[in-house]
Amino acid sequence: MSAPRFEPLGDDAVLVHLGEGVDPAINARVHALTAALRNLDLPWLRDLVPAYASLAVFFDAAQLDDPARTVSDLVHRLLAGMTTTKESPGALLEVPVCYGGTHGEDLADAASTLGVDEATLIARHSAAIYTVAMIGFAPGFPYLLGLDPGLTLPRLATPRTRVPAGSVAIAGAQAGIYPRESPGGWRLLGRTPLMLFDPARARPSLLQPGDRVRFVPIGADDFTRLERTP
Amino acid sequence: MTAWQVLAAGAQTTVQDQGRHGWRHLGVGRAGALDTSALAVANLLVGNDETAAGLEMALQGPRLRLPRACRIALTGAAVPAWWNDVPLPAGRPLDLPAGELRFGTLRDGLRAWLAIAGGIAAPSVLGSRSTDLRGGFGGLEGRALVTGDRLPLGDGTTTPSVRRPTFPSWWVDMDDAWTFDRHVLRYLPSSHAAAESLAAHAWHAHANSNRQGLRLTGASLPAGEANGVSEPVAIGTLQLPPDGQPILLLADAQTVGGYPRLGHVLACDLGRAAQLRPGEPVHFEPVTAQKAQTLVRDHAHRYARVRLAIAQRR
Repeated sequence: MSAPRFEPLGDDAVLVHLGEGVDPAINARVHALTAALRNLDLPWLRDLVPAYASLAVFFDAAQLDDPARTVSDLVHRLLAGMTTTKESPGALLEVPVCYGGTHGEDLADAASTLGVDEATLIARHSAAIYTVAMIGFAPGFPYLLGLDPGLTLPRLATPRTRVPAGSVAIAGAQAGIYPRESPGGWRLLGRTPLMLFDPARARPSLLQPGDRVRFVPIGADDFTRLERTP
Repeated sequence: MTAWQVLAAGAQTTVQDQGRHGWRHLGVGRAGALDTSALAVANLLVGNDETAAGLEMALQGPRLRLPRACRIALTGAAVPAWWNDVPLPAGRPLDLPAGELRFGTLRDGLRAWLAIAGGIAAPSVLGSRSTDLRGGFGGLEGRALVTGDRLPLGDGTTTPSVRRPTFPSWWVDMDDAWTFDRHVLRYLPSSHAAAESLAAHAWHAHANSNRQGLRLTGASLPAGEANGVSEPVAIGTLQLPPDGQPILLLADAQTVGGYPRLGHVLACDLGRAAQLRPGEPVHFEPVTAQKAQTLVRDHAHRYARVRLAIAQRR
């Protein structure tokens, strides 16, 4: 593992780089470092924002004499004590998905472009265990690592102006779920009836950065039944 | 509960406070007033805690029906304001009888803030009453005001019953936007190759700017090879998309982004950035980390002096 690199992110945050690119091992290290920092219950810590290969540490500048130094000392100390992990320390959640048809308008196209039938595409998409590499774009939108490399497809040439809430989608090597109706250019394979983000809940986001996810195929009846369950 | 009736919403009027903290890891941005100090001062003027929720208005203010007497204050850009047909000054506590409160087109700037004694009693969501326009929550149903809305008010200090607008002869002129040139924004350059050349060119605020970002037009800066991997961003981050036209991220910005970063505008200058009207010129001035610390401290001192002055007057 390369040495961490530090960059100021404005006057109240430091961006810690643990590597480059999209690499599950580096991302696992980002989440392990995030967990280690969170466990310290630091009074000056305002937020920890993990991403693919980096972690932003937001602090209360008034409480620290030399924030850059404090953060870099802490990170070096925590990384030195960390064993290399291949897997993120997060929980494993099952996300039910109704694939195809009106629930996943791009499934048929995606399957034919990949030269497989729909059932095979569904089987391969739901066989993987994904990691929530980071949450962003919109509140609760998980960027998932772990897509079968054989399912790589470019984004839509023309993004949709309206993607339905709960849409389970892929783009390039990435997979994700749209928490609420929004514009989007990813390919829609299906929909989950689960509510990914609800600011009124004690845990507003269903998924936390570092969590692991498995998609479970369900039928349209189950989708309707689950959608009505609060 | 007392509520103000929205007779006309204005161009974009939103409920804001000091913003939402501690949720960026879930993709939830700060939101909150684009000039947090200006809203805080308005709150102090009416006797609120500085964290109370008020209104942020842009370009064209709203028209409101006040069912009972209240105390308000205005800060930010110059905004023509009337109670019924009586003109109202900014920067001081205003005691108003029941009636109609009306705002005109903002001058010399783009945004102004209104505080009301007791605050606006929008529900607190994730620790803040601010409107998150992107997420669609907070404030009034997660959106800007529309005609016909009712704005619930908190229980304020009892406003003395007055027959016409009543206000002191003093006022505060707190905002460094009016003592410094708002057309210069100071920033900490990043290590990006084009970071320093941002300062070498003249820029203009683009009409497509909003609470998410101030879009700049001017020379096209070389964005270089982006690695495309999204990384956390902050309020104040200067992003450089492939078209070479930088974007300054403001309070409603997303939490991660894949564009190269040219640097970060100092937090104490962001209130000024919020006042730039479409087409207005803007320059960027690089500062060292040490200088930035001094400037941020100066801003805090200026705010502390205003706070003290208000406390002594009240």
